[in-house]
Amino acid sequence: MAATTSSAEQAAPAADRGPGNAEGREPERDAAGLGRRRAAAFVAPALVLVALFLVLPAVWTLYLGATDYRLTGIPAIDPSFVGFDNITKALGDESFLHSLRLTLLFVLGSAVIGQAGLGFALAWWMRERSGWLRTTLEALVMLAWILPSSVVAFLWIAFLDRDGGTLNELLRTPGAAWLLDHPMLSIIVYNIWRGSAFSMMLYSAALGNVPASHLETARLAGASGFQQLRDVVFPRIRGHILTNLLLISLWTFNDFTPFLITAGGPDGKTETLPVHIYKTALGSGELGYGAALSFLMLLINLVVAVIYLRLLGQKNRKKKTRTARGRSAEGARGSELEESA
Amino acid sequence: MRTPANPAAALLRGVGVYLLVALTLAFFALPMLWLASAPFDKHPGITVSLPDFTLANFERLWNNPNAVDSLASSLILAGGSAVLVVGLSALAAYALSRVHIRGRDGLLYALLLLSSIVTGTAAMVPIFLLAAELDLVDSYLGVVLVLTGGLLPAAIFILKDFMDTTPRSYEESARVFGASPLRVMKDIVVPVVRPGLATVGVWTVAQVWGNFLIPFLLLRSPDKSPAAVVMYTFYTEGGQPDLALISTFSLLYSLPVVLMFLFVSRRYGFRFHGGIKA
Repeated sequence: MAATTSSAEQAAPAADRGPGNAEGREPERDAAGLGRRRAAAFVAPALVLVALFLVLPAVWTLYLGATDYRLTGIPAIDPSFVGFDNITKALGDESFLHSLRLTLLFVLGSAVIGQAGLGFALAWWMRERSGWLRTTLEALVMLAWILPSSVVAFLWIAFLDRDGGTLNELLRTPGAAWLLDHPMLSIIVYNIWRGSAFSMMLYSAALGNVPASHLETARLAGASGFQQLRDVVFPRIRGHILTNLLLISLWTFNDFTPFLITAGGPDGKTETLPVHIYKTALGSGELGYGAALSFLMLLINLVVAVIYLRLLGQKNRKKKTRTARGRSAEGARGSELEESA
Repeated sequence: MRTPANPAAALLRGVGVYLLVALTLAFFALPMLWLASAPFDKHPGITVSLPDFTLANFERLWNNPNAVDSLASSLILAGGSAVLVVGLSALAAYALSRVHIRGRDGLLYALLLLSSIVTGTAAMVPIFLLAAELDLVDSYLGVVLVLTGGLLPAAIFILKDFMDTTPRSYEESARVFGASPLRVMKDIVVPVVRPGLATVGVWTVAQVWGNFLIPFLLLRSPDKSPAAVVMYTFYTEGGQPDLALISTFSLLYSLPVVLMFLFVSRRYGFRFHGGIKA
């Protein structure tokens, strides 16, 4: 379900365009003669499903989190209300804080640094290239991204295997138990491999909007590669960088695949938040406490998503005022740039 | 590039860049090589090696009821969800695009926000309890409904964008001739937005095909498990993993998603739908 989030990217402008639509562009006409009542009937089935399987679980998490509900035992039949006890307990619970720290490390290392960095490097290198090398590289990066997660999980287990894994064969380090000795590093590298494609595509689209003439001018003025990036490229794609960082952080934060590779082990060394919640709630049957942890997770998701949507909203408002203000070259170029986001 | 006057430095730079590119290529290719070699190997090991060519593994897979059933389960789940998501989101997107229902923009905004924060991992406890309450544990319908609920907001957004850009004059003329709204939708709107429907359908299939968590939570009997879950049990259940089976199964299970991806990018051009995997 992680990729559900991706709708945000192109959906927000759609949501935001609404009011402008009514005033500015072609007025909305009920061309098919639906009428409000029938229109509501068209929307209702979708809304019912969303309400039942998306809204209700969110609300239920809130309620459950305030009880001591368990899978078995007396609290299973008659859970009692414990209020904020679960939350307070979580904030003082070393195993929760431990998994939160691991998750932050996972997000920072694999998404913010790894995927964004490698994705940008790939996009930058591919920018003006064509030919078999570029095509092959691009295809492999995309393939890593689209294969089903339980398949890639096993591919990595095999790749890192202690006896006979391809990595050990290549490095001539037989018996090196990567998943046991460096579990966190392993899943971070895995996730960079898995998810760099998204950053690569987003940055490729963004770089397509940096005018080549500006880079050329900078080059002629003697700017080094790094200076070109800093002074010409980054200011122009700042919006894309932020968008990318927020989205990949959100997805990585909610990613359940580490469970498929290490099952949280050894000794909880890779027990990121999703895995920790799974083990607490369904492994140990502490449903109430697990729901409280889920609630904290939803809260973190909410903060990231709200920041993201506010930025998108700001960008669209800016775009609107700019295009409205005039047809100056700057405005036109600016809105074109943002359109691609 | 700054010092074109110094050919040695430029050469060194060029070599350095290609070395990095080669390393990156290896980084992405190496973990996947096994998937290309092992299924065709008479005695597949965990190490990548040139296969001792055979197709017998595929025959063995075909005779393994567990594997075949799970692919059928995946098909049922993906097909069911795709039908529901495409159908319901098309209806909703059409109505939202053509009629200004009060509070529409707020509603869209709220759905968008919700669908990005309520992920399967963050809501697994209530989803499990809800399914138990509705008697949907261990039923395909439960998995389909949960997944559909999660995918619908994104699908509505994508389709509303498509619907907004289609001309309305045909609908008006059809209406003049007395066609009912459903009929207008079926005969006029659907053909026009077919690329959008295809995108949403393919995207839904890809999402459900790869989803592990929801069927893992909700389906209890092993013979109902889809490929994603069966794949996991293949290598986690005790004993020596059967590499011939695992590799062949992985390949077969991955193939549809890869083919669909190729199809969509060839047919409609790979449009960057904000990273929707399709």
